[in-house]
Amino acid sequence: MSVAEKVQGVPPAVDAPRRRGRVTDEHGKRVRVWELALRYVLLLAVLALTVGPFLWQLSTSLKGPTEDIFSSPPKFLPGDPTLHNYERVADTIPVWDYALNSLKVATANVVTNCVGAALAGYALARLRYRGRRVATLVFILAMLVPVEGIIIAQFTTMRELGLNNTLVGVVLPGCIGAMNVLLMRNAFLNLPYEIEEAAFVDGANAWQRFLRIALPSVKGTLAVVAIFAFMGAWDDFLWPLIVLSDPEKFTLTIGLNYLHGTFANDERLVAAGTVIAVAPLIALFACLQRYFFRGVGEGAVKG
Amino acid sequence: MGVFILYPFVSTVVNAFTDRRTLIPGEFVGLANFRELLHDEMFWIGLRNSTLYVVGVVPALVLLPLLLALLVQKNIPGIAFFRSAFYTPVVASIVVVGLIWVWLLDERGLVNSLLETVGVGRVGFLSDQWLLLLSAMTVTVWKGLGYYMIIYLAALANVPRELHEAAAVDGAGAVRRFLTVTVPAVRSTMVLVGALSSVAAFKVFSEVYLMAGPDGGPAGEDTTLVMLVQRTGTGLTGRVGYASAISVVVFVVTVALMLLVLRADRKEDA
Repeated sequence: MSVAEKVQGVPPAVDAPRRRGRVTDEHGKRVRVWELALRYVLLLAVLALTVGPFLWQLSTSLKGPTEDIFSSPPKFLPGDPTLHNYERVADTIPVWDYALNSLKVATANVVTNCVGAALAGYALARLRYRGRRVATLVFILAMLVPVEGIIIAQFTTMRELGLNNTLVGVVLPGCIGAMNVLLMRNAFLNLPYEIEEAAFVDGANAWQRFLRIALPSVKGTLAVVAIFAFMGAWDDFLWPLIVLSDPEKFTLTIGLNYLHGTFANDERLVAAGTVIAVAPLIALFACLQRYFFRGVGEGAVKG
Repeated sequence: MGVFILYPFVSTVVNAFTDRRTLIPGEFVGLANFRELLHDEMFWIGLRNSTLYVVGVVPALVLLPLLLALLVQKNIPGIAFFRSAFYTPVVASIVVVGLIWVWLLDERGLVNSLLETVGVGRVGFLSDQWLLLLSAMTVTVWKGLGYYMIIYLAALANVPRELHEAAAVDGAGAVRRFLTVTVPAVRSTMVLVGALSSVAAFKVFSEVYLMAGPDGGPAGEDTTLVMLVQRTGTGLTGRVGYASAISVVVFVVTVALMLLVLRADRKEDA
């Protein structure tokens, strides 16, 4: 938990108190100018390496069919920006249907994970019953099993259930992540027990205590679970690749792989497709950064 | 949950001892699958590549994000922007990331145009077996940097500032302070990152699949173990039993890797 709190605290704190013309660090100590300059140079260099490839992809996707995308030295900006490639990618593969499929899968994954993890987490943290410790241990063990190691058995299970090649089949195995359950359990455990005790004395049953008192107090962790469930489902590749065979049911990631395999020589199209796939997540990340960072801290400590 | 993790896990282990196929239930064959593994050239190629991946990726992912975290640790103006920007590759899907790099490293892509401009000439990043694996590793490191940076940032916040000041007073330079103050203070985090990244690296699939293609590059020489599982076990003719045997190997190695890293940590403590 301590790591998580630190992570939470770190990113938003941008500007330490400072006066004009004088840059200080978080302890109010003055930062030397040459050191500051060196830092910014390094920061910009890393920035070019991490964000540059995305921008290059964006730039490629905006270059028209007559523009040379292979020129050397390279041209970083499109000479005549056009959205033509985005129209073409929609003509080539049903990219908007794929996006809709991804959205369905991701939304379902968010709902099942939030509801399931909250209920299971509360049961593990607060309810008293036989086998509670065994149940907790099972979740911890489940977290250690690498998905890649059981993916074939999941595939045969889906065949037996007749769910292969359906979106339900894509969602099911990830519908309640073990790590999410443990995250919620820890969040509930950290709430002061006295409040619930007071509610208990007042005659509230377990269900009322869960909905009215416990759940509203762990909204932050629930948001983390929701975001990572969304991101995990939207970005997943191996499992949908195995379970989906019908091009009509592809999710965006599988659709992109298909686009790349079939039309590999048209880089503009592939670029437009990747931009479509990545833009929503970058937007989401830009809006909800602090939950993303918080999730890394909590997940790493528990995982 | 039990249905989708524990049951498949048990059935993977059971299937590993059968000759089950996608459409045929199969029979118990004892250790035949594992015996076949020993003579399967593709299995050894997969094991080699997955192992190389761990060796190549883990040191980079333990060290580089730490340096990056030190770089963004100080609250200088605009630093929140840089932190977020460095995290962007983590948010993007591996498919998007893979395709971006396939285009960057293309025979006629950006990296090669730049190399040609400075007079080095073009390099076949995606056609040579070893360069391909190295490129895929680079992509893995590139995508993981931001994630581990955030973990290190949290750990660095716990390093007492007095230690640095004392060391500075004693005349220790930046490198010296990094080695004698920072590294020991975040050592347990380095172990954690080592464990997380080695397990992830051994199970690598998407990067290599996207960059080398479904068949694993020239003559399949870039196939990784999980790619082999996917290739042998799925589809209508999938050899479920044999793929399960490979899965068991993947599982055993990942658990062993984790124990190894955690144990190394404990030994240093003693």
